Amino acid sequence: MTDHKISLIINGVEEQLTVPSQMTLLHALREKLGYTGTKNGCEAGECGACTVLVEGEPTNACLVLAVELDTKTITTIEGLAGDGNLTPLQQAFVDLNSIQCGYCTPGMLMATTALLKRNPQPTQEDIQAALVGNLCRCTGYQRIIDAVQQAAGGGGAK
Amino acid sequence: MTITESGLIGKSVPRTEVIDKVTGCAVFVDDIQFGPNLLHSRLVRSPYAHALIKKIDTRKALELPGVRAVVTGKDLSALMGLYLIDRPIFASDRVRYYGEPVAGVVATSEDIAEKATRLIEVDYEVLPAIYDPVEAAQPDAPILHPDLGKYTVANFIFPQPGTNISEHFKIRKGDVDSVWEKCTAISEGSFRLPPIEHVPIETHTSVALSERSGQVTLWASSQSPFAMRDMIAQGLGISHNKLRVIAPLVGGGFGGKAGVTMEACAVVMAQAVEGHPVKLRLTREEEFVGTSVRQSLVSNFKVGCDGDGKLLAMELTYYFGGGAYNDYGVNIARAAGYSCTGPYDVPHVKADSLCVYTNHPVGSAMRGFGMPEIHWGLEQIIDRLAEEVKIDPVEFRRINCVRTDDEIVSGMKMTPIDLESCIDKAAKAIKWGEKEPPSAPNKKRGKGIAIMWKAPAMPPNPGSAALIRFNEDATINVEVGGQEIGQGAFTVAAQIAADVLGIPYDHVTVSSPLDTKYSPYEWQTVASRLTWSMGNAVKAAAEDARTQILETVAAHWDESPEDLTIKDGLVISYKSEREQPLEKMVVYGLPNDNFEGWKGGPVVGRGHFMPTYVTALDPETGQGTRAVVHYTVGAQAVDLEVDLDTGHLEVLNIASVYDVGRAINPDLIMTQIEGGAVHGMSSAYEAIKFNPAGEVLNPSFVDYRIATIADIPRKIHGDYVETPIDDGPWGARGVGEHVMVQTAPAIANALYDAVGIRFSDLPLSADKIYLALEGKQDQSD
Repeated sequence: MTDHKISLIINGVEEQLTVPSQMTLLHALREKLGYTGTKNGCEAGECGACTVLVEGEPTNACLVLAVELDTKTITTIEGLAGDGNLTPLQQAFVDLNSIQCGYCTPGMLMATTALLKRNPQPTQEDIQAALVGNLCRCTGYQRIIDAVQQAAGGGGAK
Repeated sequence: MTITESGLIGKSVPRTEVIDKVTGCAVFVDDIQFGPNLLHSRLVRSPYAHALIKKIDTRKALELPGVRAVVTGKDLSALMGLYLIDRPIFASDRVRYYGEPVAGVVATSEDIAEKATRLIEVDYEVLPAIYDPVEAAQPDAPILHPDLGKYTVANFIFPQPGTNISEHFKIRKGDVDSVWEKCTAISEGSFRLPPIEHVPIETHTSVALSERSGQVTLWASSQSPFAMRDMIAQGLGISHNKLRVIAPLVGGGFGGKAGVTMEACAVVMAQAVEGHPVKLRLTREEEFVGTSVRQSLVSNFKVGCDGDGKLLAMELTYYFGGGAYNDYGVNIARAAGYSCTGPYDVPHVKADSLCVYTNHPVGSAMRGFGMPEIHWGLEQIIDRLAEEVKIDPVEFRRINCVRTDDEIVSGMKMTPIDLESCIDKAAKAIKWGEKEPPSAPNKKRGKGIAIMWKAPAMPPNPGSAALIRFNEDATINVEVGGQEIGQGAFTVAAQIAADVLGIPYDHVTVSSPLDTKYSPYEWQTVASRLTWSMGNAVKAAAEDARTQILETVAAHWDESPEDLTIKDGLVISYKSEREQPLEKMVVYGLPNDNFEGWKGGPVVGRGHFMPTYVTALDPETGQGTRAVVHYTVGAQAVDLEVDLDTGHLEVLNIASVYDVGRAINPDLIMTQIEGGAVHGMSSAYEAIKFNPAGEVLNPSFVDYRIATIADIPRKIHGDYVETPIDDGPWGARGVGEHVMVQTAPAIANALYDAVGIRFSDLPLSADKIYLALEGKQDQSD
């Protein structure tokens, strides 16, 4: 096992770290850097709880090796409200009670942040297609869809 | 005492912890940082469903660099349990399910610990395994627990030593045998459902630290830190004050994080490496293989009614497949026994509800606690009977549903409910009685209804305690021992405290993590009991604090406390119209005239609640004055389509209506109703699959599918009615579990309406439906 020195731009801040070859981005974020908002749900790319943005693209942090991402820009849940204000999407999750236990929420927010960037007015079906890899056992999902539509300015309030 | 409401009861205020949850600041166990001293651990699990352990050789594992300790059950004779103390921490002489922990490895990394587990050599002598609860209940079945007669057991549980039956609950009410001939119609049937998993997105995680002083600290994702402390303390001989359980937010529980899963293993491993915190985090695969499950059930029904559709008799047998250890499952069989008829008024009942040891994973609490299992068959047999006497299923339920003050199956008088209104609202919401066309020629459409009841299933006297501490600026900290698992318990506690104390909602902080060293006692976060029981305790604590404040101010003003109230953070007098801000005085008190001394002091409110009125039931008849504290009831109506080419079901609408007593936070109730409907729908398709050796074949999200965002019903119509109970805060009772209890049979009834085929066994998989459509044959027994 070899250690590698890499740098990652995380939420706008450059972080230098040393990671073993086989360390995933998920473990690098959580254990090397303390970004514990990114959740570990399966380590197999099946639940989406660890979704982060790599160069703006939603990515399962459990499926990529940190060493592959040297110099890349990464956004985690901690970076969404970077200026101290909630994003419209975070605010919509709050307003519509789109959260119960909250364990899937960071992944949901990152995946839908990316969705709204590429599709500012998503339909119910668009949102379902974008979140099919993000599992939630509590909410029944509809309020997550409604929150995305509210944030998109398309109403969606119940 | 008059309580002035500041209007928070019945308001959909935001969740207390919601900002933390959208910003990544919410702390779960795995997020706590322990520094470089932290060690990691993995478990060795049994590859057999039933075997004797002949020898465990740990030498090679101990030689692996980085390994700090290996523990086995060899020196651990004590057992753990809540109702029936039957479960070892690590199996020592015998394994009883595939995946049972037999050893644990502590190492400097998870990878090393994992490698070391593969170096531990265990010699087994494989024994015949048994999975079917009916077979396991037979006298000639292989006996899983030869020591059943020696186990410590709660005084309301009745195991049968010499068999695999860990609980046998009986109802003998009226005389069923004499009534059958008076019945116009009789319906009989047998129904089955497989074990299913809770599937929280956060896997079970714990960290344990044992110190030289004898102090043990356990951080755990737990719905019940006090019950966990009690069980582990008792199992390991640690005094309660030396075992501290710290429980931060829980990433989904559904009953799976009640009691003890593998947390005692973490404690034992930590004791082997004193001074080092030891983390044990289950992988997703282990979450499927090595945690507790909803028990399987085989249920047999014989149900009769007269020509007007009035139910006359029910004869029922429930065989719960309790799995390898029934420390919790015995109480599920008991609850299913005293609620065996479902929400119906039936004069003659004979019922036997059994919990049976099998070589499946440990059966334990899961959302609904026995009720989804029994309602699966019950709500279909009721539909069949209605059809026999040619009465509409909704009307049949309206005729027979239980009403306030009815003498129910256990002999108790029904607490206040309005099930009829739930039925009517649910039926109306899906346009019951109107035939509607399917969306395509290759589809068929149908509608179905199912109703339910559920009481909190608990020992008779589970308590709740609460403390309220005022800060200098008149904000408060509410201390409770009930857990926030997503249901909104902290929010309801904050609402209640603020309302009683006349302070703004955002002046309340509910303390998290729960910590048995500081938090007041709470039995467990289960049984949909927190709004009711913890709510009562918080209300009492707030009233206690309020009394202290009013007495101090009344003495200061030389008035009577009865003439004062608190509004918007001000004590006001109706009589003199004087005002006193709460700020400062709630900590520093108030000065006497000319500062000749002071009155009052730091305000700490104390409250508790414990039901004192639940009575024992006769072991031969199941009859008693009050089996339970109260019931919550509800109705679900389903409108669905079936694709005849694929067998795929699509739920178009679930109307879901419950009687909540009083809605403290209406929107949180709706979130339970909506999430529960999807959980209930998902549960109709779920099954743990085992091979003949008892190995779990689908331990991943790919192979064990839970509902995704693509699977949700087109519409969920949630609603509630409010019939207050006497013993809840403002009449409120719980609804967290009820919302998924009857979803599967409501779907099955709608499916029958669509295609004319009855399905007696879960899961309702598309392939099963398709094959049944091909053969067009009844799938029921």
